[in-house]
Amino acid sequence: MNPFSYERPDNVAGALRGVDGRSVKFIAGGTNLLDLMKEGVERPSRLIDINHLPLGKIEENEDGGLRIGALVRNADAAYDERIKAGYPLLSSAFLAGASPQLRNAASTGGNLLQRTRCYYFYDTATPCNKREPGSGCSAIGGVNRIHAILGASDQCIATHPSDMCVGLAALNAKVRVTGEEGDRVIEFADFHRLPGNTPHIDTTLKAGELITGVDLPGETFDTNFTYLKLRDRLSYAFALVSVAVAMKLDGGKIAEVRVALGGVAHKPWRNTEAEAVLVGQAPEAAAFATFAENVLREAKGQGHNDFKTDLAKRAIMRALRQAAAGTPQSQTHKRVA
Amino acid sequence: MAQVEIGMPQRRVEGELKVTGQARYAAEYPVEGLLYGFVINATIAKGRIAKIDTTAALAVPGVIEVFTHENRPNLAWFDRSYKDDGDSPGSPLRPLYDDKILYDAQPIALLVAETFEIARYAVGLVDIEYEREDFNTDFVSALPDRFFPKKKRAFYTPFKDRGDAPNAYKDLPVQVSNDYHMVSEHHNPMELNATTVVWEGDGKITVYDKNQGSQNVQKYLASVFGLSKDKVRVLNPFVGGAFGSGLRPEYQVYMATLAATTLKHSVRVTLTRQQMFSHVHRPEAVQTVSLASDETGRMNAMMVEATTSTSRYENFMETVVNWGGTAYACENAKFDYNIAALDIHTPGDMRAPGAATGMNIFEMAMDELAYAANVDPLELRIKNYSEQDAMNNTPYTSKALMSAYKEGAARFGWEKRSQAPRSMKDGTELVGWGMATGMWEAMMAVATVRARIGANGQLEVASATSDIGTGTYTIMTQIAAETLGLPMDRVTAKLGDSDLPLSPIEGGSWTAATVGAAVQLACRALGEKLFKAASKVPGNPFGDAKFDQIEFIDGQARVRGKATGISLQDLLHASGEPWLEAEETAKPSMITNMTKSRHTHSAVFVEVKVDEELGVVRVTRVVNAVAGGRIINPLTARSQILGGVVMGMGMALHEDTLMDHRLGRIMNHSLAEYHVPAHADVFDIDVIFVDEPDPEVSPLGVKGLGEIGIVGVAAAISNAIFHATGKRVRSFPITIDKILSIDTTDAL
Amino acid sequence: MDAITDELRLATDSEHQCFGAGMPLNITVNGKAHDTRVAPWTTLLDFLRENLGLTGTKKGCDHGQCGACTVLVDGRRINSCLTLAVMRDGCKITTVEGLGKPGALHPLQEAFIERDAFQCGYCTPGQLCSAAGLINEGQAKDRDDVRELMSGNICRCGAYTNIADAVMDVLPKGGQS
Repeated sequence: MNPFSYERPDNVAGALRGVDGRSVKFIAGGTNLLDLMKEGVERPSRLIDINHLPLGKIEENEDGGLRIGALVRNADAAYDERIKAGYPLLSSAFLAGASPQLRNAASTGGNLLQRTRCYYFYDTATPCNKREPGSGCSAIGGVNRIHAILGASDQCIATHPSDMCVGLAALNAKVRVTGEEGDRVIEFADFHRLPGNTPHIDTTLKAGELITGVDLPGETFDTNFTYLKLRDRLSYAFALVSVAVAMKLDGGKIAEVRVALGGVAHKPWRNTEAEAVLVGQAPEAAAFATFAENVLREAKGQGHNDFKTDLAKRAIMRALRQAAAGTPQSQTHKRVA
Repeated sequence: MAQVEIGMPQRRVEGELKVTGQARYAAEYPVEGLLYGFVINATIAKGRIAKIDTTAALAVPGVIEVFTHENRPNLAWFDRSYKDDGDSPGSPLRPLYDDKILYDAQPIALLVAETFEIARYAVGLVDIEYEREDFNTDFVSALPDRFFPKKKRAFYTPFKDRGDAPNAYKDLPVQVSNDYHMVSEHHNPMELNATTVVWEGDGKITVYDKNQGSQNVQKYLASVFGLSKDKVRVLNPFVGGAFGSGLRPEYQVYMATLAATTLKHSVRVTLTRQQMFSHVHRPEAVQTVSLASDETGRMNAMMVEATTSTSRYENFMETVVNWGGTAYACENAKFDYNIAALDIHTPGDMRAPGAATGMNIFEMAMDELAYAANVDPLELRIKNYSEQDAMNNTPYTSKALMSAYKEGAARFGWEKRSQAPRSMKDGTELVGWGMATGMWEAMMAVATVRARIGANGQLEVASATSDIGTGTYTIMTQIAAETLGLPMDRVTAKLGDSDLPLSPIEGGSWTAATVGAAVQLACRALGEKLFKAASKVPGNPFGDAKFDQIEFIDGQARVRGKATGISLQDLLHASGEPWLEAEETAKPSMITNMTKSRHTHSAVFVEVKVDEELGVVRVTRVVNAVAGGRIINPLTARSQILGGVVMGMGMALHEDTLMDHRLGRIMNHSLAEYHVPAHADVFDIDVIFVDEPDPEVSPLGVKGLGEIGIVGVAAAISNAIFHATGKRVRSFPITIDKILSIDTTDAL
Repeated sequence: MDAITDELRLATDSEHQCFGAGMPLNITVNGKAHDTRVAPWTTLLDFLRENLGLTGTKKGCDHGQCGACTVLVDGRRINSCLTLAVMRDGCKITTVEGLGKPGALHPLQEAFIERDAFQCGYCTPGQLCSAAGLINEGQAKDRDDVRELMSGNICRCGAYTNIADAVMDVLPKGGQS
């Protein structure tokens, strides 16, 4: 960890003052940033502790949705009665992530900014385009069973590690940010980036911008939903593949469906074209299989992670079945429903 | 007051210290003006350091020194000075000795600073350039160059072929022959390796170090740094897990001592979790097992070949191929064992070294034979049961494995099992029931214990052994309390200090048998001294009685059968001495050693539930029935077995050290990416200790339990997964991808 | 080396804070108020262990991957390795030393001894603080909940089943405290 100066403003304007880019970092929970600072991956010279900003509430929006303040802790969001009632998928995704201790500390905004999962990104002794643009991607041709099968580039095959974000992607959430140039709202699908030729840039957040909260639209999914996470042990591990499903049934047909995948790409993965094909169909295995094929059509393995394509298809089919049946996955009872 | 006896459950005597945070581990000794060392590790797999520039680091305020091969103090010259009690033949690693890099993550410098944070920061400013050489870390590609070393490791047990296995195999109707692969694993005890060296000011150092043998480390430090032994005291009263990783002096103690003796200052070095992957580990292994039987499953030929990994600078060996040939009657048997050298750190002993590799794999092959012969897997073991050591044709001091099979099977409900794979279901999940045999050597070493009683009536038993969570403090206390008839709280056990009487490294499951026997001997000898003091008591309370007529009970010594006696305190008082003490050494019986075999055994039964479509496996039930001789403390003994089972689950399903062979570097060097079982992975574990009286194996009849709990567990899980799914995965760990893949039968 | 020089130049304030007098910190640990100074780059874990000498809180990975450093901050369990001491200004911290003392043990400490819910003891303080946090949270109703919600605490000695037994012994019926 390199030396840094530390400030603790108590209002947003104070937090934004003089924030100019990479050498300045906001810190909230710190659960990922301090991890990366100890590894020497993040080296801010100035740290702005935003924990005293008034961004710690969950409030109702005009459209009947909820606004989760950037500083709301993951555990508080997970157990919030309004979220459990209207967005149980999100509550479940939170509880699938990390550990109770980490969920108590990690913030909503920080979770959005979790950096990608990759052995090489975290190891400063190895080349990594995300850490040092142009140095090369060690994961390609290296140890890559945890890496991306969708949306990767020849520059980077890291995966986004968040569970919360997979849930938010399925819920069409919006990210609210503020900065010197004022407030703006980013559609969730546009918030995280694919690596392309600039894998060092994870999100569309501009330098100096601060996340103030996440808006959940008024449309709730409280019956046909699930969050299914498959991993290398039964808890406290990142996803190999995870699937969030938000579905609405009408007269035995799928009226609406959103499926987001975790663990397979540089960002939570949605395929809205494939989702559109599902709408109007009966919630049956054949339709689910076609959907899974459509979503994974472009999947490309890197060797060790080749299995993820098949695993993702199977997980999608199971998750759709769980959602359609109204039997969402429990995060406590490890039997897969 | 209830008389303490061996066999009664006793709470851990150090329990209060551990649950209140008062137990101090190596990095937790407060020292005035302590300096913090941070190790720098190489980032190439082989070559030399071309340049190491410490200028920028030294310019950071608070940085005291950066030790490298260029400015290191004088160090011993001969390899023999770097040897230790757990080593392997070869040239031990000498950090900072020269510019050579033998493996990736080799320690190459130590930065010392006033605070931990400054040290952690400044190591990033040390600029190192390397000259790289070709290397190989890929075990499979090194297999053609495997060899059997001329000089064998001390802990290696040779095998003996019998009959003509290749020919017998050919003629038998039921044959199985397969290759199996076991990945490298890292011990990852929860406590990070750490050392606090206290500079005592007169050339003396007190070294609080994480290890499994304070005297082994003391001897090593004295020899490497040219110090006289009375200037080096090593303490390890609490060890935060080790599992074999503390058998040899680890580089943090070397680095901390180098810095402290050079700077003449107290220094602490704590490794990071990443650095916990830069040293000892369980070797990678491949094994080919060929078994053949008649139609009923009676085995008549076995061939077992294995190769394990070692480094280029030391030949680490394990006893891998012998287990099945020792356990089972089989007239024809042939074995082969080799090692293959890689540009890695030397592997080392990890819980049940050799057996966890060899016996687990053999027991997977036994399951394959059971299915080939269509015999119940437990029935197959019973059919080929050997009452004697089938390798050496020697009787066992005891072998209650048959009871373990029967009691374990009964507790598990094995008779309700249906043989066919995929035949048992729980709703949509496949259910698998698998079993395996476990075995380990029941070893005894040599140890000395001093028993002393003082004026306050407190009995102290002391030896330089270790308690790495195994319960040594408690059983020493318990044995002493039984021998001299005292309550537990009137006995204090002291260990983890090189100043105490001689004790070996704490490993191989020999500590309970060895130190336990010495505790009893020393307490008996002390009892005899107290008995003799009775003659000075007015009206000698024992009259003409001989010592063997005296019993120690309820805090008193008395003539057996008499209602009253005299307290030990009164006897001490009569002696006129401020305290009385006796020191005794326990040794194994050489006659028994030469004429009989000594082993612990176990029968492990496992239930798995498998979601086949998703590859998710849950180990829902384990019964481990252990024939482990006499159990001193059933409470801590059970914990030993539970721990072995959980580590066996890790071996079966989770643990895998992932190496990038292009870089020669371990990549999943964290507890986020090297998975060990978490709470959620562990459901029900039932432990049974079967009755196994054994007066010969060791003086107390104790066999030791540290290793046996893990042996057979991974095999039983693998066998249960086969029973559930019909898929045989011959490579650990059995991860989701392997369950899904149809081609998993190919081991490599 | 340019990057390093650049970094040092940028770090003028940080030099003062990290190498100099540090930052003011008011923090209450196990009921005792501390009015002190600390360098901002000191984690809460290192502050407890090195500055206050409260070594009951353990460092098992320093990256939030093992749970050995778990403490209660204003009654909530967190990983003390992944928060800076300065970020906890004004907070009340409870470490294992504050749960109970020899002779006056917390019921969880007593249950851990009774159930032999540890071996080497190194993960134990974190397990205990985590279990205390779990009870405060009131989300665990049964043994499966306990196993899942204690999964942030790795025990390499494998005492999990005994830990679950010990926590179940103390868990209020229905999970509510």
